[in-house]
Amino acid sequence: MSDPALLALNLAEARAGLARKLFSARELTAAYNDAVVEAKPLNAYITPTPERALAMADAADERLALGQALPLDGIPVAIKDLFCTKGVLTTAGSHILDGFHPPYESTVTEKLWRAGAVMLGKTNLDEFAMGSSNTTSWYGPVENPWRRPGDNRPLVPGGSSGGSAAAVAARAALAATGTDTGGSIRQPASFCGIVGLKPTYGRCSRWGVVAYASSLDHPGPMGRTVRDVAILLHAMAGHDAKDSTSAPVPVPDYEAALTGDIRGLRVGVPREYRHEGMRIEIEIAWNDAWEWLREAGAEPVEISLPMTKYALPAYYIIAPAEASSNLARYDGVRFGLRVESDSLEEMYELTRAAGFGAEVRRRVLIGTYALSAGYYDAYYLKAQRVRTLIARDFASAFERVDCILAPTAPSAAFAIGEMSGDPVEMYLNDVFTVPANLAGLPAISVPARLLEGLPIGLQVIGRAFDEETVLRVAQVLESAASFRHLPGFVAGGRS
Amino acid sequence: MIEGRNGKWETVIGLEVHAQVVSKAKLFSGAATDFGAEPNTQVSLVDAAFPGMLPVINRFCVAQAVKTGLGLAAEINLASVFERKNYFYPDLPAGYQISQYLQPIVGHGRVNLDMPDGTLREIGITRLHLEQDAGKSLHDQHPGLTYVDLNRAGVALMEIVSEPDLRSAEEAAMYLRKLRSILRYLGTCDGNMEEGSLRCDCNVSVRRPGEPLGTRCEIKNLNSIRYVMQAIDYEAQRQIELIEEGSRVEQQTRLFDVGRGITRPMRSKEEAHDYRYFPDPDLVPLVLDPDWVKQIRLALPELPDDMKARFMSEYGLSADDAGVLVAEKETALFFEQAARGRDAKMAANWVMGDLFGALNRLGIGIGKSPVSAGQLGALIDLIADGTISGRLAKDIFAEMVASGADPAVIVEAKGLRQVTDSAAVGATIDRILATQADKVAEYRAGRDKLYGFFVGQIMRATEGKANPALVNQLLKKKLAG
Amino acid sequence: MALDKATVAHIASLARIRLAEAELEPLADELSRILDWVEQLNEVETSGVPPMASAAAARVPMRDDAVTDGGRREAILGNAPRAERGFFTVPKVVE
Repeated sequence: MSDPALLALNLAEARAGLARKLFSARELTAAYNDAVVEAKPLNAYITPTPERALAMADAADERLALGQALPLDGIPVAIKDLFCTKGVLTTAGSHILDGFHPPYESTVTEKLWRAGAVMLGKTNLDEFAMGSSNTTSWYGPVENPWRRPGDNRPLVPGGSSGGSAAAVAARAALAATGTDTGGSIRQPASFCGIVGLKPTYGRCSRWGVVAYASSLDHPGPMGRTVRDVAILLHAMAGHDAKDSTSAPVPVPDYEAALTGDIRGLRVGVPREYRHEGMRIEIEIAWNDAWEWLREAGAEPVEISLPMTKYALPAYYIIAPAEASSNLARYDGVRFGLRVESDSLEEMYELTRAAGFGAEVRRRVLIGTYALSAGYYDAYYLKAQRVRTLIARDFASAFERVDCILAPTAPSAAFAIGEMSGDPVEMYLNDVFTVPANLAGLPAISVPARLLEGLPIGLQVIGRAFDEETVLRVAQVLESAASFRHLPGFVAGGRS
Repeated sequence: MIEGRNGKWETVIGLEVHAQVVSKAKLFSGAATDFGAEPNTQVSLVDAAFPGMLPVINRFCVAQAVKTGLGLAAEINLASVFERKNYFYPDLPAGYQISQYLQPIVGHGRVNLDMPDGTLREIGITRLHLEQDAGKSLHDQHPGLTYVDLNRAGVALMEIVSEPDLRSAEEAAMYLRKLRSILRYLGTCDGNMEEGSLRCDCNVSVRRPGEPLGTRCEIKNLNSIRYVMQAIDYEAQRQIELIEEGSRVEQQTRLFDVGRGITRPMRSKEEAHDYRYFPDPDLVPLVLDPDWVKQIRLALPELPDDMKARFMSEYGLSADDAGVLVAEKETALFFEQAARGRDAKMAANWVMGDLFGALNRLGIGIGKSPVSAGQLGALIDLIADGTISGRLAKDIFAEMVASGADPAVIVEAKGLRQVTDSAAVGATIDRILATQADKVAEYRAGRDKLYGFFVGQIMRATEGKANPALVNQLLKKKLAG
Repeated sequence: MALDKATVAHIASLARIRLAEAELEPLADELSRILDWVEQLNEVETSGVPPMASAAAARVPMRDDAVTDGGRREAILGNAPRAERGFFTVPKVVE
């Protein structure tokens, strides 16, 4: 098969093709290695690993030949550079982790390799997963493979999992892992026209994932279709005894949940997500979506989530607070960058000043302040109490509905450098995604339609550990939306 | 009370003891806890705070803390929370210590001190919590560098905080000895201050009797009871002098300079530490099953206070003697084994007298005693059934210490069996009295003192083996005529 | 809730991040703006509402007391910028 034809296959199709021996794992991986090179201008990857990928593909081919295929055998995936991969440079998009080669593999990526997946490389991200545009990385910004019609300016892919989203959208990866702390899987998925799922908190292990905000970090899958994401989630999910926050809950067959049947399902539509000044196209897409669901037999129900607007400020206290403590280990002593000095304190201060970018520094300072003597009650504790109220909002809603339908982001992708530089304006990108992080609930973004030529996604939020319903509803939306558009840049050419 | 220049002063002391938990693995990781290993060989990625590493709590360490709390007659908090204590130091790799702050695992308890006058003085325990130990920084290995060894990083510590109920260096020493003894009885900490498994921070303040508490200074990381006492005495004096000359005591953290015997302020930044405590988001609350706690309570070993009371009632020992015997668990066990089925008072005397004497001379603890409890018991049996005399027993004991042999073996080997044969002893007495006829006459004339002389002669002639009671019995008769 | 330069300097010191004098003012502005925006949390009535620290299960799982780790010094020291004779090294700390 030609490269472009290979690249055009989604994960489920590639899996079938490999099983039917239409092509080998090596051929598939070789095509993707080329695609990674072709997509270089997007800067989606920090560290491609083409040789390792081929070696893994060869091992997969051996198993395929023996009829002993593993669930993801030969499937080329990209790994967000927040997951520690043994012996492979892991940077978290930061200067402070220069040269860091972990002597260990994260649980999630270990599970992927045990399932036979092939590692294409480590993708770019906002530094320490802090950002919604992938413009804060030490390794430079990532470009969205989508451009505005008639406009040459590079656009952001969203963040923080911008590299993973861009790679998948540009067909420079078949699927990818991301992490979602405030929307970092869903928002870039929406900006890049792909599917991204934030699972329930504790569904996927955080062991070996560079921590940003421990109670909000969610590793999760990103792919071209809902089915692809379901397949990837199954391989990534599962209890991990090494992570005390990991859920001791069995992993169901997510693919089997994609029955297409949502008759009788009650879908909540939260009135508070209707934003002042929200783009009309987004509102139309949202309305269309609940029409589609109604036509498929679901019952739309208007619900209220009164705490919605407070989720963002609560998040921007809790996440920085936890981050300020999680990032204290980056001190130049045991790994990464060290700025030498005769004095220990100076070594700490200079190393961290040189090693952290502006956004990370901002959040570490805010977080330190929020926890400091005299301010803990007013900021941190207050935010945690608001968090309880947000979780209660969802709990009440889920007494009346089985899932919630909402927009993913308040806009489509914007140009790199277009945002004012006011941090709060950037934070507002997360307004629809952050509540599900605070409550730990599963949520997915599915591409719905184009807004002035750029993709926008819709979000489905579900009950804890009910990714099955979330995926099932998402697939119905996906079918109804029939989003067949491709970005301007696609490896192997548009076909 | 300390006599100041113009009146009395009361010293108020509170102790914070850090006790390393006896366990195979660390509090939140599976690395080993042994003392003295090669640097950085007992370190897991979690202990070294590598990116993405996460803590998982060791159930046994939790049980040890609960057991200790129960041994201190304290409240066990079924729900407790781990919080991060944030600060930067090279032997604290994560930049925070996982500790407990607002909700510790153990609440109020007490330690009883056996005062010299026989009364019991209760010292309050405010709380006990679990936390990680830090690694070790070595400042003396290199002129410009500090060396960091993380072997100790992550080992479980119990921080035991006393109420400020102590009033003198001596009381502080008593408290520490008692606390250490309780921990060793429980088997939850080996109490070895030289190896650092028990460390003490001291809070010292002074006040005029009846006045509110004065400003306190904290003296950190004292690793012997002697230093604790010296530091308290110096610090109390320092504070008294300061106040008496019109200055105020500044709240400070101080170190004890062992060489000069003084306390001095730590040369850190002036700003007080802001630890920014918050619940560790990698851990959820520790919730204990009441049945599990009950099982631990039921399995508690006998503790020193109870054992002392039992020794007094069961063996008829005095409070003083019982107190000495229960001070160390091994001593108490040794004594009981030696005393069982025998004259307890005799056993107690042997342990506290000859045995302790020999151990002190050899510079070893009872755990390394060359004489076992069983062997001591056997020796006591030989005295009780008359095989040997009490005096000879001391010599035999010395031989047991030197050779480790059983007393019966030594008795046979040296032919030290006591002579109880009336005829033989009688014959010896007759022989001696015959050769000392003039002295016999003097004795009968009233020189009673010569009695001892005759006894000495008889014992020498019998090589000490004659049964003294028998000698007395026969000698008196024969001298009486 | 405006932050002044001195507060920013103090927080930066707690966080061990060196700031140039010229950075203090702009950072103070920026952080103040974020904190002002966060102030809206005070509109929410939260008395009697318990704080939520995590969405994870209610009680912490426990592990057995077994030595399952350690004895891997090369892995532990392998990424260190400076290490000597089995130790990490840092500029000397004066106590």
